[in-house]
Amino acid sequence: MPKMPKGMPAKGGPGGMPGGRPKANFKVLGRVVKMLFRYYPKMVPVAIVCILFSSITATIPALFLERVTNTINLCYQNGTPWSVAKGEILPQVFLLIGLYLLSLAAVFLQTQIMAIMTQGFLGKMRKTMFDGMQNLPIRYFDTHKHGDIMSYYTNDIDTLRELVSQVFPTLIRAGVIVVSVFFIMLYFSIWLTLILCVGVVAMILVSKKLGGGSALHFIKLQNSVGKEEGYVQEMMNGQKVVKVFCHEDAAQQGFDTINEELCKNAGKAHAYANMMGPIIMNIGNILYVIVAIVGCLFLVNGIPNASIGAIFGRNTMVTISIIVAFLSMTKQFTGNINQVAQMINSVAMASAGAGRIFALIDEKPEVDDGYVTLVNAKIDPEGNITETEEHTGVWAWKHPHSADGTITYTRLMGDVRMTDVDFSYVESKPVLHDVSVFAEPGQKVAFVGATGAGKTTITNLINRFYDIADGKIRYDGININKIKKSDLRRSLGLVLQDTNLFTGTVMENIRYGKLDATDEECMEAARLAGADDFIRRLPKGYDTELTSNGANLSQGQRQLISIARAAVADPPVMILDEATSSIDTRTEAIVQRGMDALMKGRTVFVIAHRLSTVRNSDVIMVLDHGRIIERGNHEKLIAEKGTYYRLYTGAFELE
Amino acid sequence: MFKKLAKSLREYKAPAILTIFLMIGEAVVESLIPYITANYLINEIQKNGENVEMTAILKVGLILVLMAMLSLSFGGAAGFTSAKAAAGFSKNLRHDLFSRVQTFTFRNIDKFSSASLVTRLTTDVNYVQMSFMMLIRIAIRSPLMLAFSVIMAARLGGMLSLTFAVVIPVLAFGLILIAKKAMPAFHRVFKKYDRLNESVEENVRGMRVVKGFSREEYEKKRFGKAADDICEDFTKAERIVAVNNPLMNFCMYFNMAAVLLLGSYLAIGRPESGVMIGQMSAIITYGVQVLMSLMMLSMIYVTLTISAESARRICEVLDETPDMEVPKDPVKEVKDGSILFRNVNFKYAKEAEINTLSDVNLKIDSGMTVGILGGTGAGKSSLVQLIPRLYDVTEGSLSVGGVDVRDYDLDTLRNQVAMVLQKNLLFAGTIRDNLRWGNPDATDEELEEACRLAQADEFIQTFPEGYDTYIEQGGTNVSGGQKQRLCIARALLKKPKILILDDSTSAVDTHTDALIRAGFKSYLPNTTKIIIAQRVSSVQDADLILVMDNGKIVATGDHNTLLASNEIYKEIYEQQTKGGDEDAENA
Repeated sequence: MPKMPKGMPAKGGPGGMPGGRPKANFKVLGRVVKMLFRYYPKMVPVAIVCILFSSITATIPALFLERVTNTINLCYQNGTPWSVAKGEILPQVFLLIGLYLLSLAAVFLQTQIMAIMTQGFLGKMRKTMFDGMQNLPIRYFDTHKHGDIMSYYTNDIDTLRELVSQVFPTLIRAGVIVVSVFFIMLYFSIWLTLILCVGVVAMILVSKKLGGGSALHFIKLQNSVGKEEGYVQEMMNGQKVVKVFCHEDAAQQGFDTINEELCKNAGKAHAYANMMGPIIMNIGNILYVIVAIVGCLFLVNGIPNASIGAIFGRNTMVTISIIVAFLSMTKQFTGNINQVAQMINSVAMASAGAGRIFALIDEKPEVDDGYVTLVNAKIDPEGNITETEEHTGVWAWKHPHSADGTITYTRLMGDVRMTDVDFSYVESKPVLHDVSVFAEPGQKVAFVGATGAGKTTITNLINRFYDIADGKIRYDGININKIKKSDLRRSLGLVLQDTNLFTGTVMENIRYGKLDATDEECMEAARLAGADDFIRRLPKGYDTELTSNGANLSQGQRQLISIARAAVADPPVMILDEATSSIDTRTEAIVQRGMDALMKGRTVFVIAHRLSTVRNSDVIMVLDHGRIIERGNHEKLIAEKGTYYRLYTGAFELE
Repeated sequence: MFKKLAKSLREYKAPAILTIFLMIGEAVVESLIPYITANYLINEIQKNGENVEMTAILKVGLILVLMAMLSLSFGGAAGFTSAKAAAGFSKNLRHDLFSRVQTFTFRNIDKFSSASLVTRLTTDVNYVQMSFMMLIRIAIRSPLMLAFSVIMAARLGGMLSLTFAVVIPVLAFGLILIAKKAMPAFHRVFKKYDRLNESVEENVRGMRVVKGFSREEYEKKRFGKAADDICEDFTKAERIVAVNNPLMNFCMYFNMAAVLLLGSYLAIGRPESGVMIGQMSAIITYGVQVLMSLMMLSMIYVTLTISAESARRICEVLDETPDMEVPKDPVKEVKDGSILFRNVNFKYAKEAEINTLSDVNLKIDSGMTVGILGGTGAGKSSLVQLIPRLYDVTEGSLSVGGVDVRDYDLDTLRNQVAMVLQKNLLFAGTIRDNLRWGNPDATDEELEEACRLAQADEFIQTFPEGYDTYIEQGGTNVSGGQKQRLCIARALLKKPKILILDDSTSAVDTHTDALIRAGFKSYLPNTTKIIIAQRVSSVQDADLILVMDNGKIVATGDHNTLLASNEIYKEIYEQQTKGGDEDAENA
């Protein structure tokens, strides 16, 4: 991981919910819906129509049930034979079956569309996130924990999946069913509907109370999970230290305390969540019974019914068929309310997750208003530079002047000058003061100093990972703010302490430096870096697959590949940031040879805390708290007997 | 496997069993409700019309309400007890895992990466906890509901319940088919998905490289392709699962239509069948319950298959047995700090063909200072790790204080042989807490004395909170050199007879390094000191220097003899003292 510049606040990660219970953020949800419509202008409406249709057909059977049972009841009372009753019942049932078939088709269509749409949407979101992320400035990555960024791609995308594939359809469906059942119920009987409403209010109250309690405990649970994970991580990493100090019992005790707390909170949080379902379902059951009894009371005592149906002269009395239909609707009604209640937490979680994803997408990209570009060039004997399509190996800066419309070409040399540069990562905490560095083509410039002195910061400024606050940086005489960032960086080779190889073959990793490099060129670069030897001895040579940052290689071998990667790009300027720091001294000797070969004929900026690496530099800059306090070559600085001298003789600690 | 895990249930067996009974109770009551409603309420009314006796109805109603309340209490209580049982079970499971890891030897630890142990203790236990909770609630409830519903329906509806004979097999078969087809598809996608996320992580981690080489567009293209590929596979898998819904609907619809059709025929055409409206209403309700139960069962099947993998990984840790034999009658005292290696061969894995250490013969007297030099992989760390018996020798013998290390009580030995590991760590807590790892009863004076010796006291005093300064997890708020010195002080507090520093002063400047060694010499004259170092300067004044290469001690002697006689030593020495000149020649 790159070092985090000092004094930069790391933002709180996901899961760091503000106090209180999570709430649904409708702005975020609205945006998700809008995006869905934008990506799938045809599929979304079709899916919605299907959901509407299938949920309405889901409520209709109640009507048929009432009709059919009514007929049965009449026939039963009057003793009508089946042959007669048939004529009345069968058409109804066949109509219902017809509706069912349509509904089945709708459900099938809808679920298939949802499956396609959900994954398509997630894929698009992933790509949007990733593409946006590529354009973010380094500052973003320095100030956000990598684990947090990763969880946008894993946890938050998962909640989004649930939102699109489960929550939205369920809410629409449940909403439609509840509303249409409500009206059908009113059609049958207002009184019975009122009873149901009272029950529903009770359900909402219970789910609010329990939901609130569960949310509260889930936050506590999350905290103790975090604590436990932290402890486990620490102890598993330090297990060998625990052994060496015979500290097993103490470690166990510490764990048990945290574990106990976790257990308590998990028990409570899950208890609330678990109780919600049965309680709501059983309120539904009680309602079921009450509806049945009240219905019977109406029926038996002949109490007049009030209903919308009464307007059309139907349902003026409560009949047994109304009761039966009502009972089946009661189940449907409460079942759907239960589903919505269960979804409340998911909605809140999903809107929080989607909110974080949008925050990433909305993050301001790195601005690049540079207009000076790097082009292939030809130089004629008189020294005139012309642009060309072919690879000449000669590069030039193409500099259009907006004032008079002319274009000038400057040959790429690798001359870097910083004059009076000031810089701070966060305002009021200056990191560099008045730094001036002149590096002529082919010169080796070294930076020495304690951690936090500002060495890496200087290189961050040259390739414009960060922009300077004051002063000037010129590259071949051109202000680097005018140079297109990608071209500027292309001209600067980078070898870092953390090698960061990518999954893929050794060859692909080297080619990363120059995408159109031939195999021959890559091998040539590896030879230059001194990596060719060991690569050929790998099981599959250049085709050996590297996994997880080259875990199958030694530190030194990884570094050699990263040097080869920089070498194949063949840039005029190289930045070596602590490239040998995590390598033991014997391996360093080998890597050093690779680096020396690479440095030949280039402008090089070296940062190292092993002074043996820097002593043959043309200029050594000693940095202290963002100022250059000494400059000169090795002999001069030793003779001055200043900080460098004390560092060199080991009287001073660097880290 | 399940037997093994069940052992961790212990004191939570009661709530677990209680949950099961409560769930049985709930299922019984809940499936009785439609039966009673149908038989005693609706049918009564149909039979008697308006002449039904109200008191009878109210009585039945009261019973039904009571039953619903009962079911509510059962369900609610089960929610509570199941949460308690599951939380407790996972607590015990974590405890068992953690304490098993505490018994691990270094060899056991090497077998599992620490990241994988963390996953097993957290994510895997969570999965098991969730499926356990599901198991004792839904896995009991669903089949019961299924059985009761079918029985009740059969009792009540007679012929009418024949619709179930069609619906249940169709749904069950369909669900199994879908699960069978979908599971491997998802398995494949998840693997790909993991890889995709790994590549994102790689990209984030290597952002400086990506930007440094201006490879943003290239990365976008690469990721886009991978994301599209996954999207396609995911969609295929999801579309299989999406068939669940219409299948379920089909069964429900079929049930409804069949009940209406068959029911009305039976009720009107065959009054002798006894089918009445109540039965029809009940069968529809039971139908929904049956289908829901089947759906739940298929969900449980999927969840269990997923968590079986977690359970397997947990058992792997629980089954791992420490591979070190403990002596029956251990020696409880280490006499002095003398060390004797006799014909020692050592390899980490029994299957390994090449020994990590071979033919080591070495005698170190009590109180000596020994330096060890050599490149990575030379076997330096392996050699010293044998002394506190972090690993057992493969062949030969090793004694400390004249007694074979295998005859000591492990704690006794390790308390007398203090080792500062190469990958040393501080833990979250104050400096004082961290130091007391070495000796829980150390007084403040002892702490300060150890710190002075390790050259740590000075910088600790500059912290505003001194010895009470809080160390962040992993010791990120102290510098590398400070961390190393704290680790040395921590080891010194053991007042050991043997002190081993495995490359423990690499981040400390040479001057301080020298002060530390000088302190050892004057204050710990009787302690045997073994120092592994990269810098020649750290070892050059030792009584004895070992040069290691390829798992062998290739040379021994003091600085001057080695400089004169050993090529490797000379090479390292020259490289470190004249490094610059060599570079100049190359350039």
